[in-house]
Amino acid sequence: MIKLNVIKKLTGANGPFELNVETVVRKGELLTLYGPSGAGKTSIHRMLAGLLRPDGGLIEVNGQTWYSSNDRINLKTRFRSIGMVFQEYSLFPNMSVRGNLAFALPKGEKEEWIDEMLEMVGLSSLRHEKPTYLSGGQKQRVALARALVRKPQLLLLDEPLSALDTTMRNKLQDDIFALHKRLNLTTVLISHDYHEVKTMSDRVLVIEEGRLIKEGIPEDIF
Amino acid sequence: MDFTPFWISIKLAGITTLVLFLLGVPLAYWLAFNPRRYKVLLEAVVALPLVIPPTVLGFYLLVALSPENGLGALLDRYFDLRLVFTFEGLVFASVFYSLPFMVQPLQSGFRSVPETLVEAAYSLGKNTWTTLIHVILPNMTGSLLTAGILTFAHTIGEFGVVLMIGGNIPGVTQVISISIYDEVEAMNYGLANHYSLILLVFSFLILCLVYLFNYRQRKAISLL
Repeated sequence: MIKLNVIKKLTGANGPFELNVETVVRKGELLTLYGPSGAGKTSIHRMLAGLLRPDGGLIEVNGQTWYSSNDRINLKTRFRSIGMVFQEYSLFPNMSVRGNLAFALPKGEKEEWIDEMLEMVGLSSLRHEKPTYLSGGQKQRVALARALVRKPQLLLLDEPLSALDTTMRNKLQDDIFALHKRLNLTTVLISHDYHEVKTMSDRVLVIEEGRLIKEGIPEDIF
Repeated sequence: MDFTPFWISIKLAGITTLVLFLLGVPLAYWLAFNPRRYKVLLEAVVALPLVIPPTVLGFYLLVALSPENGLGALLDRYFDLRLVFTFEGLVFASVFYSLPFMVQPLQSGFRSVPETLVEAAYSLGKNTWTTLIHVILPNMTGSLLTAGILTFAHTIGEFGVVLMIGGNIPGVTQVISISIYDEVEAMNYGLANHYSLILLVFSFLILCLVYLFNYRQRKAISLL
């Protein structure tokens, strides 16, 4: 279970505003942050990842405090059990597909897990390729597999499908959803795509100018 | 033709490049990623050898390293080390003189690595050192090569600083640029021409290499 309660001053297209969001994410839930650009969704992700320091509040993941303004705790990114998938893939171009996953493998973990992950995302045959030579869909599969190699307590997906064409987007949507269920992941997804949100989410938070304006299952929101 | 001055120049450039790699990588990393305003002072210090006459740098280094003064006296007394008119002194001076040629390309190399790659590495549980070695440096090889090649080539072409610190001792501190000057002074234009031609071709080839590496890197990045 993730307790999130963060405050942060941000600047948007219409000037400064305060991000103030409080929610609880259940274990195994796929929560989507939905809203216009500049609403503060990516900032929430970055605060969960430890890449942006909140001005105040609390982030607690499965009983462990990652951030607490009261107790002056701010766990560094590398100590947070997260997996991140970025819109622009962010694969390491100097490493092969397998190398990208091997880099993510924690010390002491068995190498077979890498091959298992590659199998799960259907990329075994491309394991020795460099990311440069992969299609957008293949790159994003590698990014997803790399994020999951650590078996993270929290998976953060920041518009992972927005750079892909419709066919690839639908296929990857299914794959993400299947992996989320199979590995019992707790996932926070950022998406602008109405269909994507409706198909994948257990719950949706609609955020505008830093405020949570609506919350519920997709059927109630749309 | 005596090749000793070439050998001294190549040895000096090689050692200077190696020392500057060890100093330049952490310094450029700090300058590239440190948000503090006071870093501009250090940036200015690093860039100084680009604008001041080499004789000015040479003069102050000569004064500082003289066994009668501050640093020179300290090195002489406690380490029995004299840097004036020695090869070690040439290395010391060259490190200062070629500092911007190492640090500036590395600094822009560090800035050219996409921030999300670094953040991705942190999100995978990696610390700063692992991220630097496995992610940042391998993705700025063009800048590393440019910095190394420019530093090497610039040190080969040194004259003023070398003359001030090292003098003109054949077989010890007489580098190729000083040999050329010596030959011209002695009216040996033929030998001066041979030395100069070799340096000219060498410098041209070095620059071609730099531009080739940069071209390849730009192409590789555009493929991503």
